[in-house]
Amino acid sequence: MYRYDHFDQRVIDERVAQFRDQTRRYLAGELSDDDFRPLRLQNGLYIQKHAPMLRISIPYGQLSTKQLRTLAHIGRTYDRGYGHFTTRQNIQFNWPHVEQVPDILADLARVEMHAIQTSGNCIRNISADHFAGVAGDETVDARPYSELVRQWATLHPEFAYLPRKFKIALSGALHDRAAILVHDIGLQIVIGEAGEVGFRVAVGGGLGRTPMIGHVIREFLPRNEILNYLDAILRVYNRFGRRDNKYKARIKILVKERTPDVFRRDVEAEWEHLRGGPATVPAEEFERLAGFFVPPAYEHLPGDDPAFRAALADNRAFANWAQRNLHPHKVPGYMIVTLSLKKTGIPPGDVTSDQMDAVAHLADRYSFGELRVSHEQNLIFTDVKQSELLSLWQQLKGLGLATPNIGLLTNIICCPGGDFCSLANAKSIPIAEAIQRRFDDLDYLHDIGELDLNISGCMNACGHHHVGHIGVLGVDKNGSEWYQVSIGGNQGEHAALGKVIGPSFAADEMPDVVSRLIETYVDIRHEEERFVDTVRRVGIDPFKERVYAPAH
Amino acid sequence: MPPLIKRGVILDDAYMLVRGAATLADVPEGVPVIVPLALWVAEREALAARGDVGVWLAPADDPVALANDVRVLKVIAIDFPSFTDGRGYSSARILRDRFGYRGELRAVGDIQRDQLYYLFQVGFDAFSLPEGKDPQAALSGIVDFSDGYQITQSRTPWFRRRDAMRGSPQ
Repeated sequence: MYRYDHFDQRVIDERVAQFRDQTRRYLAGELSDDDFRPLRLQNGLYIQKHAPMLRISIPYGQLSTKQLRTLAHIGRTYDRGYGHFTTRQNIQFNWPHVEQVPDILADLARVEMHAIQTSGNCIRNISADHFAGVAGDETVDARPYSELVRQWATLHPEFAYLPRKFKIALSGALHDRAAILVHDIGLQIVIGEAGEVGFRVAVGGGLGRTPMIGHVIREFLPRNEILNYLDAILRVYNRFGRRDNKYKARIKILVKERTPDVFRRDVEAEWEHLRGGPATVPAEEFERLAGFFVPPAYEHLPGDDPAFRAALADNRAFANWAQRNLHPHKVPGYMIVTLSLKKTGIPPGDVTSDQMDAVAHLADRYSFGELRVSHEQNLIFTDVKQSELLSLWQQLKGLGLATPNIGLLTNIICCPGGDFCSLANAKSIPIAEAIQRRFDDLDYLHDIGELDLNISGCMNACGHHHVGHIGVLGVDKNGSEWYQVSIGGNQGEHAALGKVIGPSFAADEMPDVVSRLIETYVDIRHEEERFVDTVRRVGIDPFKERVYAPAH
Repeated sequence: MPPLIKRGVILDDAYMLVRGAATLADVPEGVPVIVPLALWVAEREALAARGDVGVWLAPADDPVALANDVRVLKVIAIDFPSFTDGRGYSSARILRDRFGYRGELRAVGDIQRDQLYYLFQVGFDAFSLPEGKDPQAALSGIVDFSDGYQITQSRTPWFRRRDAMRGSPQ
């Protein structure tokens, strides 16, 4: 993975010193609440319902075990012994004290981590395919390019005070696991006709109040122009994005109001001024960055490990887990393992400090000392030998991290919701838990098959409810909490936004509503058809009728 | 006169910022002035003849309107009614990078020490702080960071310099 040199380290150290001074001035009354707010937000610090919340950046979801141990230490020392992994591959802590945040940042800086631009109206953490570098369907490893974009975005002087937050995601694989079409900029790494690397650039995707799928504004951008082109997009947005209404301030509204064609012309005209300039990236820099992401020392193994095959045949629980939580690896004899953070009764994405330490120990032993965070709020060991899967599974089970539900209904994406977040209209974690309890029969769950259920506590859509096969949105009706349900959303290269099925429901109705949706699907599905495929084939009406039918 | 930070030094500001001027009659004589863009565009000849007139841009003003004036003007100011409105950062880069403006570029309005580093990097070399803000304290904000990744007024992107330091050809 990427390692800081003295230059990267100095940037982070100076940021810690800067924020320490800003915090001191704030606590001394020299900086007003209003003046401190944008500064603390650009360091990931929110003032929440119960206490401040600190969001820490995990660039493109990649972590070393040393970093994970530091996160465990932070949870233990400054918080209540746990952290929460987010849908932007970050981690947040819900109970730190404002005056201790500079110390937390200093601890993070010692392991090449920070909280820069994890919030506020600026370029946020860069996210990418959580299987980058190991997936069989990969064209180009997205990580070196993600690191280049991370460095460009870090403390960019021109773009610290944008109209609104700005999210960029990259993928270099055929299957889009990074939801790039629902980002402000989605960069698909592609190979040109002469074998050269470039980007297909999509702009204006996003969830939130006005969900939209991104528009491709350039089919092929040579890779050396990427920073010039990003500067051009951001400059057009910074100058012309709406600032009069925060709900219309995302770039998607600008793209829509100007039309994608006009927006593209504006960007290309700006690019003409920058093209070939000093920010053009030399080939040597791409090579340098790629040098940080060379494959680890894989052993030469046969494609199929006999002991692994035997264990699958003997042990049904292990086989269930293997079916759901393993993905193929491009190197024979290795597998990608997903650690589920979606155990029923635990808020999705939450991990205790003790679990973090134990996971670090396992990653050191089984997966070259590195791991990933997925935007689905799970952890990933990218490089595990087939022969060691059984032993790893047994230990993960002991930690409560082996729930065999990846891709299934109970692998719920869920924001912190009304229990923690001051923006939320409604609680989301108890809804997730009630649904998980309803679907606790593993055989039924596997029979239902692939299903993304996403819950957001408000229309900011941190839980990505629009792109859930089933999406749940918390809404406020006359001061009480209600839930609006949509179906047919999808993430990835076939991104689609779900359709609302009708009037919203009370919290205690939600497990029944999901049950009725699932029963409808089970009744009318074709062979090999996923829930979302059935919705696409028949529309929402059969589902709607069943859900709103009078009881009995 | 309010203090002005210019090229790292605290000075008395010789210029008067004329915020509301709609016609030439609103512009005081005998003192160097900074007038709104709209007035400059309307009365360019007369104002340029004075030799002591600068222009200020509001966040929504298009710096392209000054494309042909960058050799004439000695002072261009960009207003930040609120420091969270970052349009002026892009206006500054357009004036400096695209049009090669080399005169004084000053930031006025709601700017404080915590914005000075970014402002300096995009090309501002003068800062007129709001009343009551200590310019001495603000000065230190310019050097919050000793270096950065991106191309700015004072430097090329770090990846170019790192390779140059190694002596490899570009």
